[in-house]
Amino acid sequence: MSDTVTSPAGAGAGVQYSPAADFWKRLKKNKLAMVSLAFLLLLVFLALFAGMVAPYDPYEGNMPMSLKGPSADHLLGTDELGRDILSRIIYGTQISLRVGIIAVSIALMAGMFFGSVAGYYGGRIDNLIMRFMDIMLAFPSLLLAIAFMMVLGKGIENAIIAIAIVSVPEYARIVRGSVLSVKENEYVQAARTIGCNDGQIIFRHILPNVMAPLIVRSTLGISAAILETAALGFLGLGVQPPYAEWGTMLGSGRGYLFNAPHLVTFPGIAITLTVMAFNLFGDGLRDALDPRLRR
Amino acid sequence: MGKLLEVQNLTKYFPVKSSGPAQKRGSVKAVDGVYFFINEGETLGLVGESGCGKSTTGRLILRLLEPTAGKVLFEGRDVFGLGRKELRALRKDMQMIFQDPYASLNPRMTVGDIIAEPLKIYRAASGADLQERVQKLLGYVGLASYHARRYPHEFSGGQRQRIGIARALALNPRLIICDEPVSALDVSIQSQVLNLLKELQQEFGLTYLFIAHGLNVVKHVSSRVGVMYLGKLVELADVDDLYGKPLHPYTRALLSAVPVPDPRAKKERIILTGDVPSPVNPPPGCRFHTRCYLCGDICREKDPVFMEVGKNHFVACHMVEQE
Repeated sequence: MSDTVTSPAGAGAGVQYSPAADFWKRLKKNKLAMVSLAFLLLLVFLALFAGMVAPYDPYEGNMPMSLKGPSADHLLGTDELGRDILSRIIYGTQISLRVGIIAVSIALMAGMFFGSVAGYYGGRIDNLIMRFMDIMLAFPSLLLAIAFMMVLGKGIENAIIAIAIVSVPEYARIVRGSVLSVKENEYVQAARTIGCNDGQIIFRHILPNVMAPLIVRSTLGISAAILETAALGFLGLGVQPPYAEWGTMLGSGRGYLFNAPHLVTFPGIAITLTVMAFNLFGDGLRDALDPRLRR
Repeated sequence: MGKLLEVQNLTKYFPVKSSGPAQKRGSVKAVDGVYFFINEGETLGLVGESGCGKSTTGRLILRLLEPTAGKVLFEGRDVFGLGRKELRALRKDMQMIFQDPYASLNPRMTVGDIIAEPLKIYRAASGADLQERVQKLLGYVGLASYHARRYPHEFSGGQRQRIGIARALALNPRLIICDEPVSALDVSIQSQVLNLLKELQQEFGLTYLFIAHGLNVVKHVSSRVGVMYLGKLVELADVDDLYGKPLHPYTRALLSAVPVPDPRAKKERIILTGDVPSPVNPPPGCRFHTRCYLCGDICREKDPVFMEVGKNHFVACHMVEQE
């Protein structure tokens, strides 16, 4: 839908009007969102080129250098095995971003499917799907994720699956609610009069109009997923040592909280900044994506 | 001029959700046994108060709703008896213009995409041909070709309604159901859109079912007019007949309420008392008897038959029958 309709020669009374350029223009005005975007791009860069950027091998211990505070050699200090914390945080972005994005994508797809089917068709299907989602929502999501981890076993793939499953109901509910209100619009009826089938109506007329809350929810969801991964790691269920994962780092560093606080401070800051950046960027995205706010 | 569309005993009851299990489930009798036909090339106006079933009738004809009973015959074929594919093919011939130009256009599609969509769905055009058709359609409704790249929110109500008209025209339909197409527009814009609809009718030989609640608007565009009250058609006649010598007391009351732009014109205003009864529990007998100033005993018991009393003049009233 983002394609520009080409104008025939000689008819160009208006300026070239491309939705994508317009969207970018509005996003640029939002300073916080731009700063967040820059930070997120930096994270992506770090994740992609961790091997080149990181000053040390994140897994190579150096016992004589253990638990040293920040210094010129080790900007963020070293951990209990003498590993460079900065390098481990840089490698940690790989895991956090991957888990966040993949888990949210899976949850989003499933949520969009269940939510739009439930909202569009209503009735018994709606009841069946949504009651099941309610049952899942009745459990605290971290507890549910822990239960899934117990069944699936430890490891990063299983952490992704567990986090994706427990966040499906949230997306399903948002999608269903939006579909319910959007499908009452006259343009949905109009779509039927011009011969659209259910699939075309859902994909072309309903889903694009429920995207705004979904995008916001997804960016928030990525941060939630990063937090949950960290929580699972902290509890020793998610990513296993020696892998550098922020939550796992927090977990293994908590024993040294009093004599070497930098072990938990820096991974904590990394988590906080990343989560905040996703949230602020999500807000900016929502404002820029809604054409009704356009001037 | 043959009959393009015939509606027979069209009925739609909406079930009312009961709030408690002990409560008896009722239904809103939105449309209750409506008969009329539309000749090819003419405009049939349909008027009535809010909630009398005009829009439901329009939606039933397009089969956006499934009827409780009755038939809609388009060129003799029953719309409700069609299978999925046949219905899709038929929808090409029947289009609709919606009431609210702010709600009837998808805000995430450009105007060009909106108008091109029916053409794409029916594979009526593609590529450069498609663009050309879109430009032409924009031209028919008085918009410029560069408007195709814009989004609906960049237009005024009248322009948006023109976009809706262009979309309805895209597939070269034969019947267009206009569901209060000007009610949401400023009076100054109303006449523009009405004139546009008239011009398009002449150019393309369109047939309209024109639903409205304003008698003056309907008078301006229609060749025949039907008056609905509480889910029933109470009177149907040629436009001059209906406005010149209305027979049904409800029609008379409605017409007497139309303001005349002459302060010295003496007017006999018929004031109806009471409210429209609930369509969940319509009164027995004639539905209008609770407010009718001619009401007799028979009206309370027997539902009047919708019958032809003059040439092309149908009315459902015991009192008219007796005269």
